[in-house]
Amino acid sequence: MPRPTPDIPNASMADIAFLLLVFFLVTTTVANIKGLSVGLPPPPEAQQMEDIKIPERNLFKIQVNSFDNLLVEGEPWTGTNDQLTEEIKKFILNNGADPTSSDSPQDAIVSYKTDRGTSHRKFIEILDAIQKAYYDIYAERVGVTNEKWREIASDPEKYKDLYDRGRGKLPDGKLEIPMNLSIAEPTQVGQ
Amino acid sequence: MPDVVFMLLFFFMVTTQMRDTSIMVQQRIPQATQLRSLQRKTLVKYLYIGEPRKIEEWGKEPKIQANDVFIQPKEVIQWVNQEKSTLDESERDQITVALKVDNETKRGIIADVETELRKANARKLLYSTNLKSGEF
Repeated sequence: MPRPTPDIPNASMADIAFLLLVFFLVTTTVANIKGLSVGLPPPPEAQQMEDIKIPERNLFKIQVNSFDNLLVEGEPWTGTNDQLTEEIKKFILNNGADPTSSDSPQDAIVSYKTDRGTSHRKFIEILDAIQKAYYDIYAERVGVTNEKWREIASDPEKYKDLYDRGRGKLPDGKLEIPMNLSIAEPTQVGQ
Repeated sequence: MPDVVFMLLFFFMVTTQMRDTSIMVQQRIPQATQLRSLQRKTLVKYLYIGEPRKIEEWGKEPKIQANDVFIQPKEVIQWVNQEKSTLDESERDQITVALKVDNETKRGIIADVETELRKANARKLLYSTNLKSGEF
């Protein structure tokens, strides 16, 4: 006579499943690291100290003083940050059209200078506006939204083709539209 | 019944936050729109900068916190090298420093840290920000 097969109690199955669900729900929500990404220039001593003269027209100067007041191309700025982004875009994509603006996107440099007394909030606000100009241009070139572009840029290996196309990678490795953002050493007025 | 108890136990075990560092400086993180997220979280090392929470003990001047201690700007190089040594040899040059800086901190101290980071050859930087909501 065959023995009855022993049963595994399964009344708590739902609880266990639920527990696992909760466990994974909680453990997978790791704090996301998000922010504005910048690259710093090489160490000061490694740079050659030759003075390279950059024509005035290829520089877009943004200065912030210790009272968080903004000077754009030497003029006090009264517009919004979105307007500033538009100005920068116009400057980058000028391609020699306006003789007072940049020669080409490759030559265009956005120079961003703050004071030691400038608040971090203002610094981030303006940096955000500058980066938006570049990301908008890249995104438009490959026909995606700004948001999607930033996702592409965060994972360039996965979207290599789009990433190279957006920034216009040339055969010699240079970029058609490099993000020439120069964050200068702050001046010493405030603080 | 034991299941329910276990579940509650697990729930509290999981939700109890185990913070490896307690942040000793003010952290009102600025807001921005052009956020980028990082893929490799192990490569990210944090520096916290802001006014100390305990003003009576540390004074009002903004300070730099690395791991559990306050450091001077010139100690940043040492900190970077120490953090680099925790990474795989092949990944050491990919180290990213996330600066969690309080809104009201002045640029001066941050620029000092950046100069030291350049010297330490940790040139990938992330200014930690939150997503700006509304206003659109």
